[in-house]
Amino acid sequence: MSENGYKAGSNLEKVLKAGHFAFTGECGPPKGANVEHLREKFEYLRDKVDAINVTDNQTAVVRMSSKAASALMVQAGLEPNFQMVCRDRNRLAMMADILGAYALGIRNMLCLSGDHQHFGNHPQAKNVYDIDSMQLIAMVKKMRDEGKFLNDEPIDVPPKIFIGAACNPFADPVEYRIYRLANKIDAGADFIQTQCIYNMERFRNFMKRAVDMGLTERAYILAGVTPMKSARMAKYMAKNVPGMDVPEELIKRLEGAGKGKMAEEGIKFAIEQIQEFKEMEGVAGVHLMAIEWEHRVPEIAERADVLPRPQV
Amino acid sequence: MIIADRKPLEEIQEMVENCEKILLLGCKGCVTVCNVGGLKEVQVLASTLRIARKKEGHPLDVEEKVLERQCDPEYVEQLRDSYDQYDAVLSMACGVGPQFLSEAYPDQRFFPAVNTKFMGGAVQHGIWEERCAGCGTCVIHFYDGMCPIARCSKSLLHGPCGGSADGKCEVSRDIECIWDKIVRKKMEQNRLEDLRILRAAKDWRTARDGGPRRSIREELVK
Repeated sequence: MSENGYKAGSNLEKVLKAGHFAFTGECGPPKGANVEHLREKFEYLRDKVDAINVTDNQTAVVRMSSKAASALMVQAGLEPNFQMVCRDRNRLAMMADILGAYALGIRNMLCLSGDHQHFGNHPQAKNVYDIDSMQLIAMVKKMRDEGKFLNDEPIDVPPKIFIGAACNPFADPVEYRIYRLANKIDAGADFIQTQCIYNMERFRNFMKRAVDMGLTERAYILAGVTPMKSARMAKYMAKNVPGMDVPEELIKRLEGAGKGKMAEEGIKFAIEQIQEFKEMEGVAGVHLMAIEWEHRVPEIAERADVLPRPQV
Repeated sequence: MIIADRKPLEEIQEMVENCEKILLLGCKGCVTVCNVGGLKEVQVLASTLRIARKKEGHPLDVEEKVLERQCDPEYVEQLRDSYDQYDAVLSMACGVGPQFLSEAYPDQRFFPAVNTKFMGGAVQHGIWEERCAGCGTCVIHFYDGMCPIARCSKSLLHGPCGGSADGKCEVSRDIECIWDKIVRKKMEQNRLEDLRILRAAKDWRTARDGGPRRSIREELVK
């Protein structure tokens, strides 16, 4: 830990360490080098969130690199949470990008395995998976805390990165998910962002176990929220997204809202969730993944009563 | 064993379109066991090629032969007296066969009639599955006899990823999530602590990543 008591000193780390309820957003880089489009999207999030996740070729579709898009955010005075997947890079490229990201002012990183390229727009690609997400977490920790590369050679100015990891409480085998989360925290994750939550009952039970196992004392857990835009989206996610639990009652609730009012009902549900997460033991914040809905984030933040964001 | 699939007929026909006489060469090794390049398959492909070419009015003379193994110079040598009597030789062995043949007979052309796929075995009659990725450093004892390198779509050493659902892989419902099986077995046998260990990043030098590999058994080398 550095002299000021922070591991990285990012805004997100400061907010969490001060005990505030964190609120993070997400922004997918454009399918091109359209900087204006990227700026337009992330400007909606200014002052509304503590950090913005920048996805790394999400769903294995090629986009502007997460490192470049993160650096553009830094330049604009926003704080990115740089996502890195194990699918596209070997350990050399990963360590090089971690150093580069730090040099560009990036202070948060989310370590992920990544969706298989089968899902994306270049299914012909070779997949790398030189290391997996668990080993990536441990590698960033080693670089930061020991100042060493994976091969034990010293790093000239180690990257001080606040280390994030993902957790899907709803994927199978469900009984094992809490242990996999524990493994990620053991490996060095400082904060966790969960997969989108729709089944609140199951998440309550999951968090209870996390608290009982002492995990919430060792890492900050941010609950994942993605507002549903329609009943169709809910049905699609329930049927086609592996490891996603969308209860039938939520689909019915959206349908019940009627045509033209489903998006509002989806936002209402998301706001109810955020209100509950604020009170839920062990939940340190919310990660709002408003996919291609960045312009709705200010309204959601306002109505969920998470504004103004703390200045620390 | 090595599992292969026969190439599409059109691709094979294209390879030999300028030939008038070829040798179709099977192998009694793995490809016989996985029903793709043994005597029976040689006979079927030979007559298919003959009939197709006859229809085109451009007959193809196809001779049939099956070697004990195409990956062994001792058996490859059996073609010494006849290899040059053909316009080309079509091998139905795995990818090793046409290469050993080319090395032994540099002035002949050898074409592959199969696509070599993986190391595995038959899980039921007519269905073969991958089991080994040949990484050169076996770790299956950590995973109760199940190899995540060969059998997880992402080769994760700390799975299962968030895409595991109902014991199936996110890539396809036809692929079982091997991590689901590993975890369930460990839990059933109360050995979950095995999965709480952080495994070091794998040393891929023993795999294909370290360059083409050799295996030397000193006591056998003359």
